[in-house]
Amino acid sequence: MIQALFFYIFSGVTIASAVMVISSRNPVHSVLFLILAFFNAAGLFLLLGAEFLAMVLVVVYVGAVAVLFLFVVMMLDVDFAELRQGFLQYLPIGVLIGIVFLIELLFVVGAWVLSPEAIATGSMPIPDPAEVSNIEAIGQVLYTRYVYFFQAAGMVLLVAMIGAIVLTLRHKPAVKRQDISAQVGRTRETAIEIRKVETGKGL
Amino acid sequence: MDGFWSSYVWPLVVMVAQSLLLMVVLLVCVAYILYADRKIWAAVQLRRGPNVVGPWGLFQSFADLLKFVLKEPVIPSGSSKGIFLLAPLVTVVLSLLAWAVIPVNAGWVIADINVGILFIFAISSLSVYGIIMGGWASNSKYPFLSALRSAAQMVSYEVSIGFVIITVLLCAGSLNLSRIVEAQQVGLATAIGLPWLTFLNWYWLPLFPMFVIFFISALAETNRPPFDLVEAESELVAGFMVEYGSTPYMMFMLGEYVAITLMCAMMAILFMGGWLPPLDFPPFNWVPGIVWFALKVMLGFFMFAMVKAMVPRYRYDQLMRLGWKVFLPISLAMVVIVAGVLQLTGWAG
Repeated sequence: MIQALFFYIFSGVTIASAVMVISSRNPVHSVLFLILAFFNAAGLFLLLGAEFLAMVLVVVYVGAVAVLFLFVVMMLDVDFAELRQGFLQYLPIGVLIGIVFLIELLFVVGAWVLSPEAIATGSMPIPDPAEVSNIEAIGQVLYTRYVYFFQAAGMVLLVAMIGAIVLTLRHKPAVKRQDISAQVGRTRETAIEIRKVETGKGL
Repeated sequence: MDGFWSSYVWPLVVMVAQSLLLMVVLLVCVAYILYADRKIWAAVQLRRGPNVVGPWGLFQSFADLLKFVLKEPVIPSGSSKGIFLLAPLVTVVLSLLAWAVIPVNAGWVIADINVGILFIFAISSLSVYGIIMGGWASNSKYPFLSALRSAAQMVSYEVSIGFVIITVLLCAGSLNLSRIVEAQQVGLATAIGLPWLTFLNWYWLPLFPMFVIFFISALAETNRPPFDLVEAESELVAGFMVEYGSTPYMMFMLGEYVAITLMCAMMAILFMGGWLPPLDFPPFNWVPGIVWFALKVMLGFFMFAMVKAMVPRYRYDQLMRLGWKVFLPISLAMVVIVAGVLQLTGWAG
């Protein structure tokens, strides 16, 4: 009973805050509602007994990704009247994408409802949560059965990271940069030069 | 109906009572930690520090509390009011929330969850929101700059804290904080055949570089000097707190100090054996575990306070360099080394 109550609270708040993400006037408020939606999604994971996924969702999405969203959105100077002008023009595309997602979701849920056996044959058996903890269970399949997917995801992230560095790293010759090792490596001999200056001549 | 009372209502009552007890004790401790911070800082600078309210100024924090609460809160007219008031609440609630999973003695913990350390990591990664929200909602230049700084600073140092936590997890073989402390009952001292020298068992010795990295990252994560660029008074007036006064300001301060004690507690649990006594023979192992835990937290806080008093503030680019170019490679390498050593020697738990 309590579980059902919490399920409806979490999912209700998730949906309400998701609606607020796209309908609030201020983009910073949108990001804050997005964070609320993430939190409630983490709550749903907790109800499922997937505490590791819930915590990872909070650490990764709320603690890192949403901070960067907020960082960018805070610095933007967005004119909302201008943004809303193209609303009707883009509406058909948006509706189309929404319908595609809805159909895909129905396929997934429908297959699960109609023939649970078919799903069970394709996926890994879920171990008993009383014996194996969440983290162990995920680790056992992630680094054995799905190791190539795991590595591929790592490669995608690496490429994205290198791309971001290549796009933004610039060395301008005119700009002086601090070289820590050169500073630390200075000695008395390399730093100071003693010259005898003759009177009235200068260097 | 009997089942409902015994399975839902009674545990809830017990949990609320435990939480209240922990909160009251914690807040009183924080009041004296604030006092200790000012006294230590004063002693280093050959000043007296607070010494007027009560004997030796012992009631100074409570006088400050009354002063803040009785003042009028001023909300700037251009601010985003809801978020402006939400920000200090978020700071306080998040920093108190993490204490729910801290074991202060064997079995003395409100929520003994399996992913305790991940919970603390998640909560401490959220503490940046209080500062960002406060800085943005103030609608003022200095708080805004401070919010941007804090976003970059706290995200950077979380990465190295994460890797430090992973090395400890590899050694302990559990994410439950009580199991991590219990895993420190055996170690170097039992290996060399002197089991009464229990302080050698703790992880500070085998993982000493990670202990140092964790301490410095904890300073940066809680915005303590020398990494208090978020409220650097010489550049940003008071950073994100410029527009705050009275109770909201006090809540920011309270949240900050509770977060600092949390980080000290984390140091005690991860590296200094939590509630375990440092020497395992009579005068020492008669002392209750909570006293050892409190002493270790205080030792951690004393180090925080001494660093504040002695070290000059970092420049922002130096802070970023330290986080990304020094700590990240070292901690990443240590994760690989520790995992390799544990796997090859078969010490893994």
